[in-house]
Amino acid sequence: MSRVMNQVVFEPLHLPESWTLSAYRSIGGYEAWERILREKVTPEAVIEEVKASGLRGRGGAGFPTGLKWSFMPRNAPGAKYAVCNSDESEPGTCHDRDILRYNPHSVVEGMLIGGYAMGATAGYNYIRGEFLAEPYVRFEAAVQEAYAAGYIGSNILASGHQFELYSVAGAGAYICGEETALLESLEGKPGRPRFKPPFPANFGLYGRPTTINNTQSFASVPTILRKGAKWFAEMGVANSGGSAVFSVSGHVNKPGNYELPLGIPFLELLEDICGGMRNGKALKAVIPGGSSCPVMPAAAILSATMDYDGLRKAGSSLGTGAVIVMDEDTCMVKVLERLTRFYRAESCGQCTPCREGTGWLNRLVRRIMAGEGKKSDIDLLVDVANRIEGHTICALGDAAAWPVQSFVKHFRHEFEYMVDNGGRSIVDDPARRAA
Amino acid sequence: MSDPMTVLSEHTRHDIDTWVAKFPTGQQRSASLAALRAAQHQNNGFLTVELMDAVAEYLQLPTIQVYEVANFYSMFEVKPVGRIHISVCTNISCMLCGSENIVAHVEKKLGIRTGESTPDGKFYLKQEEECLAACNNAPMMMIDHVYYEHLTPEKVDQILDNLK
Repeated sequence: MSRVMNQVVFEPLHLPESWTLSAYRSIGGYEAWERILREKVTPEAVIEEVKASGLRGRGGAGFPTGLKWSFMPRNAPGAKYAVCNSDESEPGTCHDRDILRYNPHSVVEGMLIGGYAMGATAGYNYIRGEFLAEPYVRFEAAVQEAYAAGYIGSNILASGHQFELYSVAGAGAYICGEETALLESLEGKPGRPRFKPPFPANFGLYGRPTTINNTQSFASVPTILRKGAKWFAEMGVANSGGSAVFSVSGHVNKPGNYELPLGIPFLELLEDICGGMRNGKALKAVIPGGSSCPVMPAAAILSATMDYDGLRKAGSSLGTGAVIVMDEDTCMVKVLERLTRFYRAESCGQCTPCREGTGWLNRLVRRIMAGEGKKSDIDLLVDVANRIEGHTICALGDAAAWPVQSFVKHFRHEFEYMVDNGGRSIVDDPARRAA
Repeated sequence: MSDPMTVLSEHTRHDIDTWVAKFPTGQQRSASLAALRAAQHQNNGFLTVELMDAVAEYLQLPTIQVYEVANFYSMFEVKPVGRIHISVCTNISCMLCGSENIVAHVEKKLGIRTGESTPDGKFYLKQEEECLAACNNAPMMMIDHVYYEHLTPEKVDQILDNLK
């Protein structure tokens, strides 16, 4: 069975210079925005359409986009902001980079439509600093093209509507992908998440009503309004409307960014789309939605479908759609060491459980790898993770805890083997090597 | 106190001005990340206290607000380092695709360890903790914001040999 790919955010990718205004317009780009202004479609109607599409936030949390937009006090006087989160940095995730490079106008149009629906006066796209040389440049060029074409600015397309849009670059901090840390960073401060409530819809950028959506979420909106909520919803499955870009990395023959209808069986993604496992190796494990999602052993993922409910039932989460594939030669202790090192480095440090706990997690794994671990260290790992989870201002604490809990739950024998064998990995077991 | 009109180049000040214009009046603090990036670029890859003070003065911010930003974000260097910043991604997807070999190769070629700069001040091999979001083209590295993907040791040699 062959799936239709690239129907929404990757739709123009087959075109030469797909990032230009002319390429984007050739697939119907800005038609939705023009229609909204021409026919004076009400903000309420736009929000209802997005709600009906089933679009959920593609940044990892999966919150319904239309519902999020409805929280904005859009008739409140004064400045209000629509912010796009292009701080793509969840390990394994690399689709927003390609949306910004190859289809930046979809993000511009999505922000215009979202801004209109929420009553926002201006928009900022916060792009991670590492993207400065290419994705940032492409997006900024798209903004300038859209200004020149009259899609952004004062009195847009003679409608009387006004909206300003700016690109902003970060400077290296995973935590700025957390929406309130992102707002702090936009204000020129260290990216430390804010305590909630108040939520950004009431007290956001500069204390003004603000809503933050992920790049892919905004980029999906123009197509939804052009082709209809029903079309989008029916492409996916129940509770998972539309398509999503899966960033498949690791031990597959054809890693890549593939935009596919939600609900596709993992097996189809692996075998038909990604060409199966590299070097004919057996599948050991998959992290299906970026490094913060619980790891799944082969048996669990092979029967799962790639959608919010399917992955939740199978014990993990769709997250960002970053599918990290690991073969039989992968040492799970070593992988967890790298992940715990990452969370330790990226903890902003304001909550004690996360600041101290992430260091403990990494030191414990390193102790086991150094051959100095005890069996009790394995339980201690889970204990520390449990003491971080749910005890921090933002979700980075949970994100650090979930890999630990799930790696130990599903691959405890690898940790035990290493403790019993002075730091040797189970993948280097002589009997296994001989086999 | 350092005078921003002499410490910051005209180009740097102009760059900062364009960023300040993106934010509402009175919110020039929002430009502090961009201002530090411009100042670091002017100084060939790292910040000094004099530069940070000049940025603070130029944006009319207390110096502490600029120091804390410079120390929080990983792309700012507050100690002298080489001019060309090399970040080899070693996060999960790159690790699964052999980034350890790439790091070892770069270290051997440049004769330095990760976190060090070459004695001629040309290269700085950064300890990169983050995933650089090019996972399906792993392994990869970033050199001064430019991404190099599908790396092999041979490719790394070519790339580094061509850098001026």
